[in-house]
Amino acid sequence: MSLLEVNDLTVRYGDSAVVDSVSFVVNRGESVGIVGESGSGKSQTALSILGLLPGNATVTGSIRFDGQELADKTDQQLDAIRAMSIGIVFQDPMQALNPYLRVGQQLRQILLQHELANGAEADEKVKKMLGRVGLPDPERQFHAFPHELSGGMRQRVMIASAIICEPDLLIADEPTTALDVTVQAQILDLLEELRDDTALLLITHDLGIVAGRCERLLVFDGGRLVESGATTSIFSSPENAHTEKLLAAALRTDRGEIRAAANGKTVLGVDNASVSYRDKSKERLVAVTDVSLSLREAETLAIVGESGSGKSSLVRGLLGLIPMRAGRVVYAGESLEGPVQFRSAAQRRDLQLIFQDPASALNPQMRVQTIVGEPLLVHEAAMSADARKESVASILNKVGLDESYLRRFPHQLSGGQAQRVAIARALILEPRILICDEAVAALDGSVREQVLELLNDVQRDTGLSIIFISHDLAVVRSVSHRVAVMYLGQLVEVAETASLFSRPRHPYTRALIDASPIPDPRVAPASAPLKGEVPSLLTPPTGCVFHPRCVFAQEDCSKKQPGLRRFGGSRVSCHRADELEL
Amino acid sequence: MLRYTLHRLLGAIPTLLLVIVLAFLMVHAAPGGPFDAERALPPEVAANIEAAYHLDEPLAKQLGRYVSGLLRGDLGPSFRYRDYTVAELIGTGFPLSLKIGLLAILLALMVGISSGTVAALRQGSMLDRIVMSFAMTGISIPVFVVAPVLVLLLAVKLQWLPAGWSGAPGAAKYILPVITLALPQIAYIARLTRASMIDVLGRDFIRTARAQGLGTKTIIRVHALKPAMLPVLSYMGPAIAAILTGSVVVEEVFGIPGLGQFFVRGALNRDYTLVLGIVIFYATLIIALNLIVDILYGVIDPRVRNE
Repeated sequence: MSLLEVNDLTVRYGDSAVVDSVSFVVNRGESVGIVGESGSGKSQTALSILGLLPGNATVTGSIRFDGQELADKTDQQLDAIRAMSIGIVFQDPMQALNPYLRVGQQLRQILLQHELANGAEADEKVKKMLGRVGLPDPERQFHAFPHELSGGMRQRVMIASAIICEPDLLIADEPTTALDVTVQAQILDLLEELRDDTALLLITHDLGIVAGRCERLLVFDGGRLVESGATTSIFSSPENAHTEKLLAAALRTDRGEIRAAANGKTVLGVDNASVSYRDKSKERLVAVTDVSLSLREAETLAIVGESGSGKSSLVRGLLGLIPMRAGRVVYAGESLEGPVQFRSAAQRRDLQLIFQDPASALNPQMRVQTIVGEPLLVHEAAMSADARKESVASILNKVGLDESYLRRFPHQLSGGQAQRVAIARALILEPRILICDEAVAALDGSVREQVLELLNDVQRDTGLSIIFISHDLAVVRSVSHRVAVMYLGQLVEVAETASLFSRPRHPYTRALIDASPIPDPRVAPASAPLKGEVPSLLTPPTGCVFHPRCVFAQEDCSKKQPGLRRFGGSRVSCHRADELEL
Repeated sequence: MLRYTLHRLLGAIPTLLLVIVLAFLMVHAAPGGPFDAERALPPEVAANIEAAYHLDEPLAKQLGRYVSGLLRGDLGPSFRYRDYTVAELIGTGFPLSLKIGLLAILLALMVGISSGTVAALRQGSMLDRIVMSFAMTGISIPVFVVAPVLVLLLAVKLQWLPAGWSGAPGAAKYILPVITLALPQIAYIARLTRASMIDVLGRDFIRTARAQGLGTKTIIRVHALKPAMLPVLSYMGPAIAAILTGSVVVEEVFGIPGLGQFFVRGALNRDYTLVLGIVIFYATLIIALNLIVDILYGVIDPRVRNE
């Protein structure tokens, strides 16, 4: 008998089935991955196992766990199974943990509820668990509120809550999607290490995560289970067309085409830029320190780094959206004024921006036609309404949306369509430079591919220069000519894409590459290459900012700032760049 | 926290000053004066009295005199209750008003929060609809209608409860005034609780708690109640203000010798200092209570503490 047997499971909201006749099993101790794009029904399936779907969902079919039928149990009856036999880790620990309760209290409540421990004994158990999931100083974290912990630490607390009752099955629903890659690697390692003989059902959109970590895979598409089998055989010989499509869209950091360096003339230069903020307690927080970069015509320059590395602050500073504390921006031979409102109309139209989340970047009360045409009202005030409409239609056409989209509202668009609209709005003024801030991070693999291709086409046709901010190294590898790596507000390495990936010179670059999961079961996942997390900008480390996390750090590294040095075509900020073989 | 409190206290000074000046001007702008009677006083006598109370001076000078008295903590003498200062009258009336007001707030919180929570848990059910229609009715009908209707029904017709205050025995006389005062607040708090409870129950961390098998009772008690109470807490400032103003009507209807009655009499009699004194007293009270509410907010929500 299998641990979990799901038979003919269907989940409906009204008339539409979001999970449609799905059947699968999970054996004791086995690790099974569920992969699929957004809306494929993978999370709905997971939630239905624990009876956690909202009240308006109707569930039919059978869910047998350890011989018991769960599908017809009441909420109260399921409470005995929850946490005790099946634990679950959710995606975003900021939302999934109660912000009003101390961490220790939230965990202790689980033990009290299931009568596993009481009083001081429960506190002890919780602290031990916090230690096991790798929280430093469990005594102190026991009394911390979730917002006082970093994202990675919060997810460790979430994992602690899922395994504290030692369940037989652990469900992890996109457990690392909200985290940085280096932290993602740590969390995946932790799951692997702690689960022992607990079965794991790992739900993700990222084939790289399941490739090295799950024995079997279930591929979901549009609510249906379209393929299942051993991970290795699915990757080597997929039988379903959708699986093939998913595999084809999965980018990897170790192979695939790389774009040759762009040789155009320089269009934009950033000299010694620094950006700082004042936080709530009025302390100065330096987000970007002394960064110099240049961008060539028809070049895509990627900026990569973990959250808090200053990549978004840098581009906001150069766009004039936030003040720069020092440094200057030179565009087309002219120095750009600081605040954007002091720049000339021509300068403003030449630099455009696209954001990560298209749904919140488009005004929900405006039709696509108005959204895309709005920049023309400012920059081409003399244009007639008909001419404007025509140029909106033609730019939409270019991004692959026909005229039927003109009258739609943003909520009537899919994620990919909405991002195309955002791109159309940015491109309608024919800018010279486009800044993409995590512009494809929220998109599914196949849609991402289309959007990247679109940007590529525009670049080829118009010579557009692109600054591409991303945390995803596989994407960066496929789109960029050059890459700038940032850490804690500083530039640590700038190199052409080919040499950056084949011979990274900064230990941090190496760690980022290693932390990116490779969608190939034949490549063993590297265990987390970096310990710890990005330190606070309020108290940056002395010397080389990376030294506390660097495995190659020597005594000197904590005392002296390395500064950028040239190595061939690259610039690297590391004391040991010339001796390390990374 | 201390800095924040001090900051807020300083910020209250201009508000209070504005209240004083506006109230002073409005009281003096009202037609008639404290010593107008049905039969006019002889002009010499009137002039003497006015001089004694400085009413013959220019308005600006009177205001200055009044404010300088306030700074010394002196609310002045009552114009109509001879031999009493305003402070003494407030001291006489306020304890009773406070007692009735506190009872009303407690009743409103208990009934409002529990019925709102029940309605939220059974969203869309018959029970939910009944609670919400009661709440809507409670909000729509003003105190001066509710009070006489309750008296007519429960005191005059059914004779369960005493209709008035003086002579009525023990605790029974509190029941009708407290209910009358609490009713609209019960209604409002129930609606607030229901809406915020529904919002909180839809958050991800409640799903996490369900996934941990905590069960509805524990989830409400441990996870949901605290965040769901934040809007109710913010409403406490306005609620207390509403109860204070409501008590003016209720005390008049039930004949309760509280501060509200002094207020009404004071206004009818053009007892300038008494009306002003009570207005300033209430304003200070409301500002102080709102400050306490804000501080409590930080106690419940750890994220706003260090802002």
